[in-house]
Amino acid sequence: MTTALDRRRLCAAALLLPLLTQRVRADEATVKIENFSFTPDTLNVKAGTVVIWSNDDDIPHSVVTTDGKVHSRALDTTDTFRFTFATPGTYDYFCGLHPHMKGRIIVAP
Amino acid sequence: MAQDNSSIDRRRTLECMVWAGSGVLWTLVGGVPQTSAVLGMGTARAQAAMGFSFLQISDSHIGFKQAANPNPLATLQDAISQVGGMATKPAFMIHTGDISHLSKPEEFDDAEKVIAGARLDVHYVPGEHDIVDEGRGADYLNRFGRKQKAQGTGWYAFDHEGVHFVGLVNVADLKAGGMGSLGAAQIAWLTEDLKGKSASTPLVIFAHIPLWTVYADWGWGTDDAAQVLALVKRFGSVTVLNGHIHQIMQKVEGAVTFHTARSTAFPQPAPGTAPSPGPLKVADERLRGVLGTTSITVRRGNEPLAIIDSALMKA
Repeated sequence: MTTALDRRRLCAAALLLPLLTQRVRADEATVKIENFSFTPDTLNVKAGTVVIWSNDDDIPHSVVTTDGKVHSRALDTTDTFRFTFATPGTYDYFCGLHPHMKGRIIVAP
Repeated sequence: MAQDNSSIDRRRTLECMVWAGSGVLWTLVGGVPQTSAVLGMGTARAQAAMGFSFLQISDSHIGFKQAANPNPLATLQDAISQVGGMATKPAFMIHTGDISHLSKPEEFDDAEKVIAGARLDVHYVPGEHDIVDEGRGADYLNRFGRKQKAQGTGWYAFDHEGVHFVGLVNVADLKAGGMGSLGAAQIAWLTEDLKGKSASTPLVIFAHIPLWTVYADWGWGTDDAAQVLALVKRFGSVTVLNGHIHQIMQKVEGAVTFHTARSTAFPQPAPGTAPSPGPLKVADERLRGVLGTTSITVRRGNEPLAIIDSALMKA
């Protein structure tokens, strides 16, 4: 037995669900850390995107922006670090332990 | 003018000859100090009564759990156990950094507990793995820097039987795209520290990352090391001891001898021989053959200062 109200709720949920999942997917991007490099080394995202760094190396790495505003903890093997880029701009970063490792996030409006 | 210069050079050389452990003498006898993976710690027994030896350990990486060595505390224990078997007790020990893997209190605790078994004074410098706590090196300074009366991020100097030892920090405040870095404040301090020291004073300088460029692509060098080398140029005997690269490398440049020690935890690949400098997995039975410590013997007399690397196990 389904009431009209329940049907409306189900409809709304059915409409919203794909929107929500799509939204989550669009808002995340991953940078892999492997072999002492960031892959991709340049990542283009939209403002509001959560960038996730994931360390696949047997040695810890970190993510430090050159302006010093973002500074992750040391990421051990399989650890991840998430940061939301709310403001458009170009963010250059490097590994605080191995500074020859460099990367860039370009955030579009 | 040229004559003046040469007489200064002669005098300087003679001053250096008082200390036979001079780099000058080294280059005269053909350069690179003897290094062998299979020589035992027993080499220290050849030490003359007038000299002394000290031990270098490096890169113990307590807390590392990956395949290249799931138990670095056991291999550190093996290294420390060898000290007890040495015919002549080293005067003290230096640890050239990466004591811990992730700067965790329990990693430092475990390392200190095992290292204390050697019953030697230990002079530490930090590796990049030792300053990744929330305070970015605050814990390291509390534990290891304070007793050295260290300055800045942990640098200091001390003297032992006429030899001047300098512990430097080249792992802090690293810059994007760079390698190791000492920074202006530390170099200013070193300038002051060396001022007034006689050119015949033997210098031993130790730091984590090599103070010469071993391999720039992997960041194996120190951006502003040239400024240190300029400061020590007038000295007749300079020995530079580093870790970080988990393998033995050496180079002689004039009176300066550079040497890197093995790790007690895991080996790393030779420069450029792997996609990255990450830990090298070797067969379990081979592991202790590629880990080890370094013993440095300083003698007053007419023999060269000797740097002997010893594996935890004969290869």
